[in-house]
Amino acid sequence: MGVRFGHRGHLFRVAGLFVAGVLAFLVLQALLVPKGFGVYGHYRAGALEENRVRPVAFAGRAACVECHSDVPDAMKGGRHEKIHCEACHGPLAGHAGDPAEKKAVRPDSKVLCARCHAANVARPAKFPQVEVAEHAGGEACTTCHVAHNPGMMKEATK
Amino acid sequence: MSADRREFLARSTKLLFLTGAAQLAFEAVLRGEPETAPNYETTGHWWAMTIDIEKCIGCGNCVRACKEENDVPREPYYFRTWVERYHVPEGDIERPQVDSPNGGYDGFPEKYRSGDGSKNFFVPKLCNHCAHSPCVQVCPVGATFLSPDGVVLVDKTYCLGCRYCVQACPYGCRFIDPRTETVDKCSLCYHRITKGLTTACCETCPTQSRVLGDLKDPKDPIHEFLRTHKVQVLKPQMATGSKVFYNGLDGSVR
Repeated sequence: MGVRFGHRGHLFRVAGLFVAGVLAFLVLQALLVPKGFGVYGHYRAGALEENRVRPVAFAGRAACVECHSDVPDAMKGGRHEKIHCEACHGPLAGHAGDPAEKKAVRPDSKVLCARCHAANVARPAKFPQVEVAEHAGGEACTTCHVAHNPGMMKEATK
Repeated sequence: MSADRREFLARSTKLLFLTGAAQLAFEAVLRGEPETAPNYETTGHWWAMTIDIEKCIGCGNCVRACKEENDVPREPYYFRTWVERYHVPEGDIERPQVDSPNGGYDGFPEKYRSGDGSKNFFVPKLCNHCAHSPCVQVCPVGATFLSPDGVVLVDKTYCLGCRYCVQACPYGCRFIDPRTETVDKCSLCYHRITKGLTTACCETCPTQSRVLGDLKDPKDPIHEFLRTHKVQVLKPQMATGSKVFYNGLDGSVR
């Protein structure tokens, strides 16, 4: 009998090693696996938040019309009605946040209008297109056209 | 006898490190708290986009807006979204000529003539935010993933820059940002859509060719669009679960 229980020490040693191993594993895991890893899947949950917090550059139409409420009325019924403000005026989140300091710049119609309306065979055939040089002869588009409602012509050129 | 014991101990130790039991038991404790998102329910959305090729005029507004919004390097020419011009000689859809000068950033100078029997059109491209994305599968560290709301995102602090995902993407939508040496791609303007705004490219698209949609929102007009148009995804044979739906997609488009 004494011989059998004399070997009990070995069991404790194995158990001790097992516990030490588990502790080592937990410590290493806590050190190496980043916080939030595995909450939603095989990635860091915090990465969602990091992707979310960046500032925006384009304020969005709703922000524009909060102050410029007259413009949607001017565009009503025209062919540019559905175009959002920043499609032509560029990113203006800075201006929307601080209208006094950060002024919007009026785009140059000669460059801007041609981006969409210069003739190009790859454009849908129904889309209004012009040979810019022939059509305008170097004149700015806004000399004749009302940008917010291009079907309307300005008084002087009627 | 003593050699046997040593062997036994060595084997047990190895087994211990290989077992996942300890990990499972303590996982919940070590996870930490989920991130809070006060006004945005991550599981309440499933984002997608529709692109109407018949409406795209190749103005390049989306390309410029994307670079402004997402701080994409202007030069050398890397893109999160870009526009391709297809020139398909009559009936030869297997050999289209495709060009994309500066990704469409400066527009498309006229190159082809009308009346030569060819077909010409623009195809805007971006990350397809695949539901079964190959890029997510190959990432060795979990730095690229599909979010619960259906957006393929990059964890920039965790990316090794190993480029596996760049090779895995069948649509060529990924690049290595030369400033950080980590991967970058379209995030579907995650910082905007989670605030209730649309993406920068959809915001600035003058013809509403590109429209962001939420497939989990029954009131979203995307459902009407998908019902009433003959839509297709890019490379359907890849079975990537692409969520960018094209209307009027020609067979020549790769």
